[in-house]
Amino acid sequence: MKVRTVAELTAEGKAPDILFWVGCAGSFDARAQKVTVALCKILNEAKVNFAILGTEESCTGDPARRAGNEFVFQMTAIQNIETLNGYSIKKIVTACPHCFNTLKNEYPALGGNYEVIHHTQLIQSLIEEGKLTVESGEFKGKKITYHDSCYLGRVNDIYETPRQILQNLDADLSEMKRCKSKGLCCGAGGAQMFKEDEPGDKRINRERADEIVETGAEIVAANCPFCITMLSDGMKAKEANVMVYDISELIVQSNNL
Amino acid sequence: MGLQQIIFLLLLGITAYLAFKRYGAVKRNIFLGQEEDISDNKGQRWKNVFLVALGQKKMFKRFIPAILHFFIYAAFLLTQIELIEIILDGLTGNHRMFASSLGGFYTFLISFIEILSVLAFVATLIFLWRRNMLKLPRFHKAEMNGWPKLDGNLILYGEILLLIGIFTMNGADSLLQSIDPQHFPATGNLAVSSWLGPALFGGLEVSTLHFLERAGWWLHLLVILGFIYYLPISKHLHIFLAFPNVYFAKLRSRGEMENMPVIMKEVKSMMGLIPETEADASEELPEFGAKDIFDLSWKNILDAYTCTECGRCTSVCPANLTGKKLSPRKIMMDIRDRAEEVGKIIDSDSEKTKDNFDDGKSLFDYITKEEIHACTACNACVEACPVMIDPLEPILKLRRYEILTESAGPAEWVPMFTAIENTGSVWQVPDARDKWAQEFNANLEEEKQ
Repeated sequence: MKVRTVAELTAEGKAPDILFWVGCAGSFDARAQKVTVALCKILNEAKVNFAILGTEESCTGDPARRAGNEFVFQMTAIQNIETLNGYSIKKIVTACPHCFNTLKNEYPALGGNYEVIHHTQLIQSLIEEGKLTVESGEFKGKKITYHDSCYLGRVNDIYETPRQILQNLDADLSEMKRCKSKGLCCGAGGAQMFKEDEPGDKRINRERADEIVETGAEIVAANCPFCITMLSDGMKAKEANVMVYDISELIVQSNNL
Repeated sequence: MGLQQIIFLLLLGITAYLAFKRYGAVKRNIFLGQEEDISDNKGQRWKNVFLVALGQKKMFKRFIPAILHFFIYAAFLLTQIELIEIILDGLTGNHRMFASSLGGFYTFLISFIEILSVLAFVATLIFLWRRNMLKLPRFHKAEMNGWPKLDGNLILYGEILLLIGIFTMNGADSLLQSIDPQHFPATGNLAVSSWLGPALFGGLEVSTLHFLERAGWWLHLLVILGFIYYLPISKHLHIFLAFPNVYFAKLRSRGEMENMPVIMKEVKSMMGLIPETEADASEELPEFGAKDIFDLSWKNILDAYTCTECGRCTSVCPANLTGKKLSPRKIMMDIRDRAEEVGKIIDSDSEKTKDNFDDGKSLFDYITKEEIHACTACNACVEACPVMIDPLEPILKLRRYEILTESAGPAEWVPMFTAIENTGSVWQVPDARDKWAQEFNANLEEEKQ
């Protein structure tokens, strides 16, 4: 199945069941694009009727708002809400917890009300509905640890869903000391992604990379494109051989999609 | 009326007057902040008070300090019953007023308080050791130097004095009950002092016992009165403010930053979505965000006065953990210090009010830009606070002031802002936003052939 835009579907008199909100990282960042593709493969595999906004999508405004720039946030957010409401979008899935949080928790005050889910939630419900079966061979017995992103975990209280998906891989899941509500930030949030660190002893992603390596895991599963960048950089700086994957990528590999 | 009664009344009166002034100033300082209507969802708010404030739910994420703290907390709460008796005895010149009327229940009650007091005594000693000997990093950060460190120890010394007072009083009393039953009504067998009294004071002269009993009684009372006076200048104000602070804590999602309706309307009218508002006609340059306590909400300042400087927030802050200057606890301490400074100036100069205040200083004299720039908005500090303080909100309000009002901030953020404004993406990139999709679809075509 090709990836279609909502505009194309509308022109044909059709509508998607769910909108896939790709986000800036998912659209432009070479590493995050792989996650975008992985999710599209999973959605196709489960025969989900989805579409993207394509060029009509803009940044949700999360980094601008958290940097303190409310004007830029409002401009991009109101623009997005106009687009979404124009297409009468009801349900949105996104692979970025920052987009997820902003769409879910911050757009309602501006007039944008949608059912918003993170891609891990969608994947888990597809598994529960029997629309997606995860093959367990590829990662059987491999040691995997999971990194909670702040905006999926601590901010939106979603800790178990991603772990439930990972259970299907039959891997040896091990937790870091700082996990779930105590999970350590990767260092990208609050618009840190877009600036140099303030003076300090260590980069935050290095600290997190140390904790990941301590578990002895070969793979760290993540759920956020910015975490993936930060953790990959941390591993590189540490010259550690731990692979950083989004949960959707693990499923694609496991099922050979 | 006896001499003791007169001294008692005098002390009570002076303390009440001084406390009234001091607590009044704290209340005034809190309401130097902006109005914020927090009257919704009373049910959930009371539930939080019971679970988080009364039940200490969030404390128990760290079990050992939580259990030690609980001993002191429970002893403190229940000792208030004994304190009521002490005040009534002091006023009427009686001795142990409740003993004869409550009978067996009195024995149970005082015994229970005594057992808790022993546990509190042990906990206090362990806390002193933890704070001073065991080098827990969160007790030794830069912001803890000087008064905060002394403050943390003073209350523990005070507690030890208080407990010594209680046991001296009860111990001597238990001996006097058999010597002079007419003046010392029987309390029944008390769990601790009935054996501790004879063990410590057995064989002493009756007059010495009388002196010890009185000394214990007065020591207990004086420490309590001292606490009342001391709390408003101390971090220990949390014993009172934790309750309202938890009640008024934010209930909306942590992920939702406070909306700025003025800017929202401005942008909507700019985009032609709503008619231009009359407010736009005002010539005055608007100020956004917070540069001083007056721009924070009263709840932010209540947060600051509630903070007991335990440092759980700072110990989980990713910026602080990696050696950056930011410490969420320091942000709260700075807000309180600034509120105190402003309050003192207003007290000393009757011309100055909340609305015309200007001493040429602001919160930025306490909090540097470097600190607020280091925040990752990860909410670990918010999660960690046992009394539901939100250190993140003021940090983000300071950022809003810097960016919106001063047009300053980290230079690297400017390209991000510009890119979002001009291209709708956080990065300025030449590619179309759906280039990946075109490639995805092209690959599908190839696979088919």
